[in-house]
Amino acid sequence: MTTYSDPPSESFQLSMLVNDTRYRSITFQVVALILLAAAIGFLGWNLMRNLALLGQDISFEFLGEPSGYDINQRPIPYDSQSSHLRATFVGVLNTLIVAFLGCITATILGVVAGVLRLSNNWIIRKLMMVYVEAFRNVPVLIWILIIFFVMTAALPPPSAFRGDDPDSSMLFGAFAFTNRGIYIPRPIWEPGSAIVVGVFIASVIGVFAYRRYTTRLLYDTGKLLPRGWPSLLILFVPTLLVFFILGQPISLDLPALRGFNFQGGTQIRGSLIALWFALAIYTGAFIAENVRAGIQAVSHGQTEAAASLGLRPGRIMNLVVLPQALRIVIPPVISQYLNLTKNSSLAIAVGYMDLTGTLGGITLNQTGRAIESVLLLMLFYLTISLSISAVMNVYNARMQLKER
Amino acid sequence: MKKSVFLGALTVAGLAAGAAAAATLDDVKARGTLNCGVSTGLAGFSAPNANGEWEGFDVAVCRAVATAVLGDPNAVEFVPTTGKTRFTALASGEIDMLARNTTWTLSRDADLKFTFIGVNYYDGQGFITPKALGVSSAKELDGATVCIQTGTTTELNLADFFRVNNISYEPVPIETNAEAQQQYLAGACDVYTTDASGLAATRATFETPTDHVILPEIISKEPLGPLVRHGDSEWGDVVRWSLNAMIAAEELGVTSANVEEMSSSTTDNPEINRLLGTEGNLGEMLGLEADWAKNIIMQVGNYGEVFEANIGESTPIGLARGLNAQWTDGGLLYAPPFR
Repeated sequence: MTTYSDPPSESFQLSMLVNDTRYRSITFQVVALILLAAAIGFLGWNLMRNLALLGQDISFEFLGEPSGYDINQRPIPYDSQSSHLRATFVGVLNTLIVAFLGCITATILGVVAGVLRLSNNWIIRKLMMVYVEAFRNVPVLIWILIIFFVMTAALPPPSAFRGDDPDSSMLFGAFAFTNRGIYIPRPIWEPGSAIVVGVFIASVIGVFAYRRYTTRLLYDTGKLLPRGWPSLLILFVPTLLVFFILGQPISLDLPALRGFNFQGGTQIRGSLIALWFALAIYTGAFIAENVRAGIQAVSHGQTEAAASLGLRPGRIMNLVVLPQALRIVIPPVISQYLNLTKNSSLAIAVGYMDLTGTLGGITLNQTGRAIESVLLLMLFYLTISLSISAVMNVYNARMQLKER
Repeated sequence: MKKSVFLGALTVAGLAAGAAAAATLDDVKARGTLNCGVSTGLAGFSAPNANGEWEGFDVAVCRAVATAVLGDPNAVEFVPTTGKTRFTALASGEIDMLARNTTWTLSRDADLKFTFIGVNYYDGQGFITPKALGVSSAKELDGATVCIQTGTTTELNLADFFRVNNISYEPVPIETNAEAQQQYLAGACDVYTTDASGLAATRATFETPTDHVILPEIISKEPLGPLVRHGDSEWGDVVRWSLNAMIAAEELGVTSANVEEMSSSTTDNPEINRLLGTEGNLGEMLGLEADWAKNIIMQVGNYGEVFEANIGESTPIGLARGLNAQWTDGGLLYAPPFR
């Protein structure tokens, strides 16, 4: 006779929450969650109670009121009668402008410096080492201020361009370098200019198509067509032809000294230049190190193998080493882009009206809504950073080694 | 991620708000020093001298309050604040009072929850520009680049002035007066605008002050005064009457030179007697010693003395009394009665 006995059915006991490994981890997570929620709850309660004691409340109504202040760099129409919200968006756009310019310049500087740091030429190698170490190890705020003050002190004020025998003169009659910024010509779009732009865009696409064609031809038949001068030809000849056939529909608005300042053209303000270059050379130094690390992580055997196939050093770098190094370089570079964007909040040091200068500066100060403004400020920076991160992660995923 | 951001904000806000408690007078007495917010450096108003001691017209108000409460004009911890940090410093309780050429406005009073306890300098916003530019009126400034201290009422006045007169300008926001000077002198801006007193103080520090002209337009009313937090009226009274004591002393002819003699015995003027504590119990009402006002006048001076020593016509800043004369001399200074 066989007797079957069920395993003793364990009734659930409270002690099992701690002693039983099946439940223990959940127990602790729940406890941690409750504690966290309680802590947040306490801080929130504390904030509201103290605000109430001070007779204040949380309200975002101030965003709709007229700001009352002017901003010098306005990517979108704005005046002192616009709302605080609009001033905030002007600030967001100014932040994005300097972050965009800074990231591109930093990448170029960083890649060049990173590659040259591994150069066989002693002087170039050491020069790049000095660049990286000097810029990486001095706070970026100092660089912003140095560039700004050097610009202010070294470049002439607009009044130096005045008179019959001025101390300063414009470069090519079109560019004015003053301590208030650089004035450059601005294109004036007349009817027909859209066609010229369209042809130019088509030319750019054409260049890519041509280069693709040569690559395929090379792989298929081994025949190497020249790429440099045909690319230039495709890029410029059709556009110039259309430009002259249509009777020069794009002209230039040259800056000229009128009254106190240069008028006309586009002004790139000293504050933007200082911020842009300081952020670019500072972050560029970090990117250079990332690039160097990436290159050195590519096995030296690859270089030697490529060399033994007869490739020249430039080709080895461009065709063999860099594509592999890029996979290693991209993730840390994303974080450098984020750093650059966040560091742009130092803009107020030189009076560049970015997000921190408008919402976190004048708006906060004039309305006295510190908590609301700072919360919004964090939200905007978070959104910008996460967006950059998302875009770069997509790029990173495309560049990653595809395992099949 | 969002949660932690929110948490951080709440912590900061909670700390800031938690520190703001009532009974500042008791706190100051217990601490033995007065925390007084001043500017980061504006000659004549509040700036450290060669020995690192703070001196100036606004500093004198701090010293007067410290003398009234603690009997010692040096029992002050000066906290330099910028145009942007000053209100947060006061609201959070980091400083007990703010004496930093701050304009009294309705919104600062009602919305920012501060109490302006009076006016120690009646001012207005003006413009300074190099003589070489040949400008004689602010209305000729169309297209000019204007340096401006950010976070001040001057910023708003400027926007209004140029909008109303339908002329354009390019604002260059700058954090401190010192930086603004540097930018202005380098020619990075054509005009610098701030309170007329500040312009005079700034011009006094230039190498050749005569090369610069202060334009005749005064585009705003700027009553500058010390302020305290809402919700502690006792403390507000102490600061208010410390300032009033200085103003009243000048009106009554009590100076640091004759205060000892005047307070040694009761004089014929009962108002002087009440002010100096030889009669009545005004000090007690404020929670101070009977000789609080006497100490202020003896150790800091009356309003006129402080004015002449720091920003008057004999100093490099060279401001005339103008609106800041006693009401008996055609000015606006008028201390309520000590009764």
